[in-house]
Amino acid sequence: MEIMIQMQNIFRDIFDNDSLVISEQTSAVDIDAWDSLNNIQLIVAIEHQFGIKFDSEEMTSWKNVGDMITCIIGKIQ
Amino acid sequence: MKTFKELKRNLKMDMSNKPSYRVALLGDSATQFLSVALQGMAIERGFSLNIFEADYNQIQMQVMNPASELHSFKPDFVIIFQSTHKLLERYSLSVPTQRIQVFEERLNFAKSLPNLLNTHIIYFNYPEIDDAVFGNFSNSEEVSFLFQLRKLNVALMELFVSTPQFHICDLSSIQNKYGRDYIYPAAIYMTTELLISLDALPFVASRAIDIIGAIKGSFKKCLILDLDNTLWGGVIGDDGLEKIQIGHGLGIGKAFTEFQQWIKKLQQRGIILAVCSKNTESIAKEPFEKHSEMVLRLSDIAIFVANWNSKVENILYIQKVLNISFDSMVFLDDNPYERNVIREQIPLLTVPELPKDPAEYLEYLYSLNLFETVSFSNADLDRTKQYQVEAKRTELKQSFASEQDFLRNLEMKSIIEEPNSFNIPRIAQLSQRSNQFNLRTIRYSEEDVKKIQDNPDCFCFAFTLEDKFGDNGLVSVVVISKKDEKTAFIENWFMSCRVLKRGMENFVLNQVVSACKKNGFMQLIGEYIPTPKNALVSDHYKSLGFSLTEDSNEKLFYLDLSTFEPRKTFISANQGNL
Repeated sequence: MEIMIQMQNIFRDIFDNDSLVISEQTSAVDIDAWDSLNNIQLIVAIEHQFGIKFDSEEMTSWKNVGDMITCIIGKIQ
Repeated sequence: MKTFKELKRNLKMDMSNKPSYRVALLGDSATQFLSVALQGMAIERGFSLNIFEADYNQIQMQVMNPASELHSFKPDFVIIFQSTHKLLERYSLSVPTQRIQVFEERLNFAKSLPNLLNTHIIYFNYPEIDDAVFGNFSNSEEVSFLFQLRKLNVALMELFVSTPQFHICDLSSIQNKYGRDYIYPAAIYMTTELLISLDALPFVASRAIDIIGAIKGSFKKCLILDLDNTLWGGVIGDDGLEKIQIGHGLGIGKAFTEFQQWIKKLQQRGIILAVCSKNTESIAKEPFEKHSEMVLRLSDIAIFVANWNSKVENILYIQKVLNISFDSMVFLDDNPYERNVIREQIPLLTVPELPKDPAEYLEYLYSLNLFETVSFSNADLDRTKQYQVEAKRTELKQSFASEQDFLRNLEMKSIIEEPNSFNIPRIAQLSQRSNQFNLRTIRYSEEDVKKIQDNPDCFCFAFTLEDKFGDNGLVSVVVISKKDEKTAFIENWFMSCRVLKRGMENFVLNQVVSACKKNGFMQLIGEYIPTPKNALVSDHYKSLGFSLTEDSNEKLFYLDLSTFEPRKTFISANQGNL
């Protein structure tokens, strides 16, 4: 789906890895470089990409990429 | 402005052959992002940072304890970011009667820093948070957070005035420009301790790196200006004197008036102005001479170039006359095509991407903070005049058959002084500004010069140069240290490039040699340390009669004082306080 492709591009950009493939199940455990610093870069990049703003609570609730996408869909619909 | 992501990518670049400075970064919130942004921004400016990041919230301990990691790191710069946010937290936790004390403690801590850290300090000032507890009345209530915070910022400025090694990075000014909601990432802060948003970090890093650059001698000295649609609205050649937009009458003339007022202030603080315009010279000069609403006049412009040659050619000419490097020059032109051509041909020149609407010129240029400086002295005030006089000298020179006749005709005099309270600011400034004629490129702060003066084994001589056209002021400095009873070493020798080719180096050497002999030295050793900018003096010592020492280090030069014959000079000496 469209959002997943955009997310994958953001992930590839932030982690500087053009062959990175993510799924809804992908979480911080699966990507070595996904530390708290990169996490903030991810959040800001997603906010810019979709023109949305996450609440502080939302940022702490995601367990994987799928949760992030659900949250994004909730905001852009 | 580069994005945070772009700055982070810079960290992968190879900077091994570029200058590197040691920076200690201390904060009371998470500083990892600031550290990355600072490093990336330094690389943008052509140097790298070796950063020591103290563990979170250890500022006091690191500073106070002489055995701390901070002190053993021996930083060139200590950057301290104590946030308004955390200060507010402390203020709020205190009982109301002790809230003012929180600020007193903070100020005392800042005041103690220069003595505790024997190096340059870059201290972030405090962007305002209005906690809205007293509303507008906080302006009248001493115990309100805003009242105390504003007082603290003023007290920090006063500290900066009296302590040259204490520098302020004006975070407050950045927040004024972009707004608190842009700077402070409230949602992200809750889980991360990050107090400056990723979007704002490049601006903050840039502002801090400006200070390091300026201390290390990289700053702007000259502003080159296009005319039509840059200094006034319209085209003088087509519209004529009455129709160009400047002043409060026609069209958007007000935008150009305010723009010129800014440029005039820069000129008054020592920035050299040059004009580079595709125009017929007489027509281009008309507004400066005849338009009643022009702020800038011909007397403000050091070099006026208006012709139909390419702008690249004309900028090369301006650079040659001023004899300063391209990276110390800024070119403003409304035409994107010209800007691109010039960027491509002269990559070191700073060419801001002026907005399309002249109404936006100023706010955009403010945001770039192009004219950072770490000093301001009387010498800055008449710089334009000095360059105009230099043009007259060039004319005179052409009327003489020989160089010697010309030099004799100039009637040059020089005053030789040791450092004193009047000349120390200028000595420090000259060491920061001189790039081409600078044998070892050591930059001295005012504090450093005082230390040299207090050291019995060091000598410092400062030279002025005056001729029949006017006084150039203090133009050359030599610092000498005692190596052993018989040997003196030239720690540094630097000179303003305004006085090249006047035989000043011969005169200076004669004076230095006689002072060394008086102190019992038998030999003088000089060293040339190459930089990308000082090739001009690579043969300096050789041409003054020094010979290469037989040591393996081929950059050391040696002069036997017992056989030294004073060198021919057309400058006569006026002894100052020696």
